[in-house]
Amino acid sequence: MSHILLRHRDIPEISSLNVYRKNGGFEAFKKAVTKMKPGQVTDLVKASGLRGRGGAGFPTGVKWSFIDNKVWPHYVVANADESEPGTFKDREIMESNPFQFLEGVAIASYAVGANTAYVYLRGEFWQAAQFLDEKIAELEKAGLLGGRLFGTNYSLRIHTHLGAGAYICGEETAMLESIEGKRGQPRIRPPFPAVCGLYGKPTVVNNVETLTNLPMILANGADWYKSLGTPDSAGVKVFSLSGRVRKPGNYELPFGTTFRQLIYDHGGGVQDGRPVKAIMPAGASSSFIVANDQVLDTKMDYASVRTLGADLGSASVIVIDDTVPLDWVIHKTIHFFKHESCGKCTPCREGTYWMMHLIDRIPQSGYLKADVDLLLNVATQMQNKCLCPLGEFSTMAVVTGIERFPQDFRKA
Amino acid sequence: MTKQVTLTIDGRQVTVPEGMLVVDAAKLAGIDVPVFCYHPKMEPVGMCRMCLVEIGRPLMDRNTGKAVLDEKGAPKLQFLPKLETACTNPVSDGMVVLTESEKAKAGQKSTVEFLLTSHPLDCPICDKGGECPLQNLTMAHGPGRSRFLYDEKMHLAKNVPLGELIYLDQERCIQCARCIRFQDEVAGDAVLGFDERARSTKIISLSDPEFDSVFSGNTTDICPVGALTTSDFRFGARPWELDASASICSQCPVGCNITFNTRREAKTDGRVVIKRVMPRQNEQVNETWICDKGRFAFHYVESKDRLNRPLLRKDGKLTRASWEAATKSAGGAFAKAGKNLVVLASGRLSNEDLFNLKALADQVGGRAVLYSNMGGGNLTSLVGAGQGTNLGEMGRGSTIVVAASDLYEEAPLWYLRVKQAAGRGATLIVANPRATKLERYANYVIRYSYGDEVKTIQDLTKKSRIGDAFVKAENAIILFGSEGLGLEGSTALATVCARALHDTKHVGKPNNGLIGVWQRANDEGAWEIGFHPEENLQAVFDRAAAVYIAGADPFGDGLLKIKNARRKPFIVVQDLFETETAKNADVVLPAQAYTERDGTFTSGERRVQRFYPAVPALEGTKPDFVITSQVAKQMGVILEGTSAAVVFEIMAEDHPSFAGLDYAALAEVKSQWPIVGRGDLYYGGTTYENKQGLGAPLSNAAQRAEKFSLPRVQKVAALRPRERKLLAVPITRLYDRGLTLSGAELLEGRIGEAFIALHPAAAERFKVRPGERVQLRLDGVSEEAPLRIDDSISAGVVLVPRSMGLPIHKPTEASLKSIKKAAGR
Repeated sequence: MSHILLRHRDIPEISSLNVYRKNGGFEAFKKAVTKMKPGQVTDLVKASGLRGRGGAGFPTGVKWSFIDNKVWPHYVVANADESEPGTFKDREIMESNPFQFLEGVAIASYAVGANTAYVYLRGEFWQAAQFLDEKIAELEKAGLLGGRLFGTNYSLRIHTHLGAGAYICGEETAMLESIEGKRGQPRIRPPFPAVCGLYGKPTVVNNVETLTNLPMILANGADWYKSLGTPDSAGVKVFSLSGRVRKPGNYELPFGTTFRQLIYDHGGGVQDGRPVKAIMPAGASSSFIVANDQVLDTKMDYASVRTLGADLGSASVIVIDDTVPLDWVIHKTIHFFKHESCGKCTPCREGTYWMMHLIDRIPQSGYLKADVDLLLNVATQMQNKCLCPLGEFSTMAVVTGIERFPQDFRKA
Repeated sequence: MTKQVTLTIDGRQVTVPEGMLVVDAAKLAGIDVPVFCYHPKMEPVGMCRMCLVEIGRPLMDRNTGKAVLDEKGAPKLQFLPKLETACTNPVSDGMVVLTESEKAKAGQKSTVEFLLTSHPLDCPICDKGGECPLQNLTMAHGPGRSRFLYDEKMHLAKNVPLGELIYLDQERCIQCARCIRFQDEVAGDAVLGFDERARSTKIISLSDPEFDSVFSGNTTDICPVGALTTSDFRFGARPWELDASASICSQCPVGCNITFNTRREAKTDGRVVIKRVMPRQNEQVNETWICDKGRFAFHYVESKDRLNRPLLRKDGKLTRASWEAATKSAGGAFAKAGKNLVVLASGRLSNEDLFNLKALADQVGGRAVLYSNMGGGNLTSLVGAGQGTNLGEMGRGSTIVVAASDLYEEAPLWYLRVKQAAGRGATLIVANPRATKLERYANYVIRYSYGDEVKTIQDLTKKSRIGDAFVKAENAIILFGSEGLGLEGSTALATVCARALHDTKHVGKPNNGLIGVWQRANDEGAWEIGFHPEENLQAVFDRAAAVYIAGADPFGDGLLKIKNARRKPFIVVQDLFETETAKNADVVLPAQAYTERDGTFTSGERRVQRFYPAVPALEGTKPDFVITSQVAKQMGVILEGTSAAVVFEIMAEDHPSFAGLDYAALAEVKSQWPIVGRGDLYYGGTTYENKQGLGAPLSNAAQRAEKFSLPRVQKVAALRPRERKLLAVPITRLYDRGLTLSGAELLEGRIGEAFIALHPAAAERFKVRPGERVQLRLDGVSEEAPLRIDDSISAGVVLVPRSMGLPIHKPTEASLKSIKKAAGR
């Protein structure tokens, strides 16, 4: 099957506007602007069953329909922060299939009546930002972005905005703060961005991959998209596969592909032929799944993964084999979250620091049970108390690691 | 009226206005939800996670929009799986809040535990110990013992100056951002911020000079831990050793309610001394804030240089004398002078002092002269701020005009409250010849030329967008000052302001009227009692047979000199210090500081407020009103000289504005919002609860519906400097060389050197550069000062700060040259 998102793998030079347009590029956007009302675009996206690819999996069309039409202007922000360890799909899309992504931004903007859209990239993506700037300039020159598009009254400008290297800015409200030039820290929700977002105005924040789906959905229809994937999770997903696999990388597959298919058929299996011990399906903020045959044959869609006590999230599948002790893995995740906690709320700021001390001393103290119990207790104590979801994320690996792999936290 | 909402908190039914936050609703009901980052005067941020509670909301049927009922017929409640923050959730009908459920308590306990992991727990040496929200809430909600290893605590700098007034202990800081948000939201000086992130998050100053705000001290009051302390009080005493005395700040006409914290200590030979000044809540005056001048500039009252013995001139020299001899000498001279007696007093004195001084002058037919070069107090008696005025309540529908005043520098709390009123929707018109901070919040900014004050205000009543904003306003207040003006100019400005208010029916009712931004705390009271300033003080002095100067230093200020030693009047000086004026006196009478006695001040908003003795009087001194009564006694005149309260009662009988008031009325309190005080430290900060009186507003003639006519606006001939000359105009700075700032060593850096300011084009014309020392010739006196640039003024003007050693009291012609050139000649 040919790719829907990673189309550059099928069509050489799709990152040039000519090639992109020869392959139907910007027809979808043109159709939306000239032939559809914004509400119709939203309804179509609702009908397609497209869900947010940033991790939360919230239905995209529904999110758009929350936008407050009494307050103007509206904004669209493309979340290209991609900071989750183990996630590297948005970068490939932006670097290799940039126009499809930008067309997606344009369609979303039209759907919610935004005349300004921002692409927020993590600071390390400065080359991608430059690249997108060039592409945006090309689009403006070609009359596909700018004022009075396709002879209508609709106009749209897209700007890129670079972050300064903070994980938290992938959280949508922290991202908005950052675009406003403030310290990147999450806001209290509610109000949600759809009501009070960028500069206090109604704002839609969508992930890069989510947006990149839109041109194809508009071109081929909701039913076509729904026919891909599972009833609960329509369409395709780019799975970022990493860890102890032979062929790590991005794999665009329909929802419902099993872990086994991803790891063995596409990823070439585990290095040295070792057995899979644990899977982190959503990067560093995942729960650990205890791998076994039944798990490996589980379909990767939002509902099925939840039955394994984890979330599919951004589908950044990290494979852990039996050579890797889990206390080592959570040592990595805890240090990451301790470093990246924004410091705004107490449980995350203090809890990650405390967990760091505990995980540092646990191997040194010979896996003292009291320390392991305390670590589990501290992580549990952080849960349901943080200001934003990222604080909670820092505890997922810790809690599930200790609970599901107790042998890794005992003296050998 | 706002819609009322009924909810249940811990089983108690509470009805509060819609939009109120759960944490405040609980507080109103007497239920304490613990908070660190939340403060009732600021927007909620929900970051400390201390106020975690369970919130249940009635489950609504999506189709009918009605509450779903359970089998008992009660509305079914829906609780989120997560605990919620009481500080960010507004109340709603039928809401059920559990602040003490097991789940809520566990949440609160865990937050305390998390906070303490990185806290040094150095309470035994911490200034906040004893009045510390973290300490109190740990006792109430925290775990008894630590599970965090002491050796793993993060060690950070404990001694970081955020400017010279405020120190930060980074270890104690719990990153609640109250200080950052106060500076941004309340003070409007967003000079603090966070640096770094995660556990390395720390408070930094973003400004140059550091912590550049006159409200900085308030951050130490609302800091819920001992992270922010003032350089003044730091390691100076433990809170529980301190006594608290209610007082009124004497630094400006706002009349902020304060508390003096005092202690008897060995370091000062066992004397009781003032350790710190704290705000005392009065929502109609200063809310829960004070400015840094009020907080740090009290030291003058405890100066070693205070006079403590009467002095008499003997053989040309001032020598120690008894009270009897000194008052006899003074009384004799005054009796002899009769109508040629001049009593010159300033608004530094209390109403009672001024009343006795005026009574003494009246007895012999002498004159009572106010030591000030700002006019208009006769008009505030007629059309001043109406009783019931509260800047804190003004908002949409109200218009506030600030004319010829830099409120940030002259009356910081008015700046803050006017800014807040503008934030609530009041229309703010700022009319000033140069840029001021308040302009940032103004709807209309009028920059007129120095000298065009009258015309500017007259235009306000004409048909125009700005005019409509003033004329058609439901309520209108004008605050007028003396920026660039002397007595004549400010009198004209006050008159035109009074007429504008009167003609547009903005007088005689609450939130309407004229407010003088006076130069001293009790100038309003002095005017009310009958003191008036004189344009030519020297002439008045020269014609007098005897002068009685109280609380003023005209010789030191360059406003008086002895022209002919043989024909000079008999001079009696009553003051705290041996001023330049005292050095020229025949009799010197040592007065008590206002911290040592009781009395009242009248604020610019015409609120009479009591101050109480905070420290024992310096031996050998007496209160001004007592001294005056003793002098009077020597003249055979009986004036009340034992009780300030009785003087006040006599005054109230005498003056219709004071009618019906007495000390008991001024001491009345009523409940205020937000609730603050010692038991509520965690909520409102260490600001003091007001238990000693909110004071009372004076009535004015318009409100009493008396017949009066306003004077005509006197034409002031605008001073037109000759070619190659400049128009020197006085401006007021908060931190100056005035007496009340003497001894405030901490503020020395902020006072700095007297500077003058020119427009860049003028600097070019005179070939002088910013920072360069220049020579300014004013009124025949040459002074040197460094030059600053202000591009908001016109090129023919030079700004000269008052009370900084440069002789400026009114617009004056000046010449200027660079010192290099002067030296070369």
